[in-house]
Amino acid sequence: MRVGAGEVFGFLGPNGAGKTTVVKLLLGLTRPTGGRATVLGAPIGDRLTRRSIGYLPELFRYQPWLNAREVLELHASLIGGSAGPSPSDIGRGLEEVGLADRANDRVGTFSKGMQQRLGLAVALLGGPRLIVLDEPTSALDPAGRADVRGIIAGVRDRGATVFLNSHLLSEVERVCDRIAIVDRGRVLASGSLDDLLGGEVLRLRVTGLAPDARSELAQFGPVTAGGDDWLSIGGVPPDRHPDVVAFVVRRGGRVHAVDGGRRGLEDRYLELIRGNQS
Amino acid sequence: MTIVTIARLTIAEAVRRRIVLVLIVLTLVSVSLTTLGVERLVSLARASGTNDLQVQVGVSQILILVAFMFSFVLAMTAAFLGAPAIAADLESGVAAAMLARPIRRAELVLGRWLGLVLVVVAYAVASGLLEIAGVDAVSGSAPPYPFLAVGFHAAQAVVLLTLALALSTRLPAIASGAICVVLFGLAWMAGVFAGIGAFFGAGPLVGAAEATRWLLPTDVLWRGTVYGLEPSLIGAIAGQRVGPAANANPFYASAPPPTAFVVWSAVWIALVLGLAIWSFSRRDL
Repeated sequence: MRVGAGEVFGFLGPNGAGKTTVVKLLLGLTRPTGGRATVLGAPIGDRLTRRSIGYLPELFRYQPWLNAREVLELHASLIGGSAGPSPSDIGRGLEEVGLADRANDRVGTFSKGMQQRLGLAVALLGGPRLIVLDEPTSALDPAGRADVRGIIAGVRDRGATVFLNSHLLSEVERVCDRIAIVDRGRVLASGSLDDLLGGEVLRLRVTGLAPDARSELAQFGPVTAGGDDWLSIGGVPPDRHPDVVAFVVRRGGRVHAVDGGRRGLEDRYLELIRGNQS
Repeated sequence: MTIVTIARLTIAEAVRRRIVLVLIVLTLVSVSLTTLGVERLVSLARASGTNDLQVQVGVSQILILVAFMFSFVLAMTAAFLGAPAIAADLESGVAAAMLARPIRRAELVLGRWLGLVLVVVAYAVASGLLEIAGVDAVSGSAPPYPFLAVGFHAAQAVVLLTLALALSTRLPAIASGAICVVLFGLAWMAGVFAGIGAFFGAGPLVGAAEATRWLLPTDVLWRGTVYGLEPSLIGAIAGQRVGPAANANPFYASAPPPTAFVVWSAVWIALVLGLAIWSFSRRDL
């Protein structure tokens, strides 16, 4: 698996798939039992390379007795080096995540969402070349999630790479250039959204359709049954959607909903994960 | 530089979490009450015709008992400050965020250790000297070697703190603290058994007890505190009347800890600190 410079890379998988383990390996927090990997051209775990990496842990928590500015000052000091973050960088960082007016408040008084914003500011401190975000929006409200999408877009615009671990497939679908889906320590699929999701898919919610008629739907394209009476038919161009609906009605089926377009990431994700686990 | 940053962070934590405030208040309360008690006892003794030498001996014994109370409190403080120093940061995720920075794990351990050592030593020195000065002020009796006594008092705390920190690299905070307290008690008892064993000529018992005292040097360091507080007259009387069995008394010391043992204590601290760094560097977070 390879993540290119300047990409926003989504790393998906069920609980226990090994996503956080991969992140910890990249940062040298856990040692590999075998194999080889590099980050920013250096072997994983290289101490000085970590100067160019920002990290928001999944179980984020910062010293509750420090205030937000002090947390960033601490991390600026730990980054060290001649080009370490300055006080104005810290001010800008707090502003970027919407915490400028809470800079002098103790972290212990912050809500989970505010702590997550602080974690983002910590991860972005010093303009790192690689930013590793482990579930960065899990505690945020919809407005906060939109803010994070904006921050990620800003990071990409300045040429940095983002490695995004998330369960929120809709978020991943909206911000990532490329995606990998992993399970049980194996990469099941990786590539751009186009590579992974393929072409057009017609989704129908149908009841009352006899099994033989359902089989005959394959004449329009490969059929996949989903939950709640949903059927997905791959490779159906938009001008043939009425033909499919007419066929279902002709064969006695009742059509409750029709959804044309590209297959959702969730469908593809479930297909891969269920296929791997069966 | 990173070590200093983390040491400063550790001290700031102790101050902001009111640990330092609690220690200062408790010390002032303890010193005030014990000094008041000594003043009353000395006044009563003098009023009943007790001579100055007897008063001096009595005050020295009270001072040793008070020192033991402080030693116990200091041991608990060291154990319960050291025990969560690494373990709690690991459990909360604070350590992962810091170690993802370009710092060595050794720097985190050494910074934590240095910050806590400064807190504990400052507490030991301040509480010890304040108590000695208070008792001297109300009784006119000063121990023969107050700085030696306070130095051994602080060293004992550093030993326990280092052990707690090393254990906390692998064990939960509560387990590390509990182990330290139990070992502290065992080393103290080993000193008593070594004295009794020597009196009866029980070689294996003495060997086991002495080995325990070398494995955790807190009791021998405690005897150094006792030696510093004890008038030489008591040593002479005990040596004459009771002989070697006097060493079974944990509030008596016939001599200061040998220089070799003091050196061993320093080596012990360095070794356990090295073990803490090695253990923490090898564990997956």
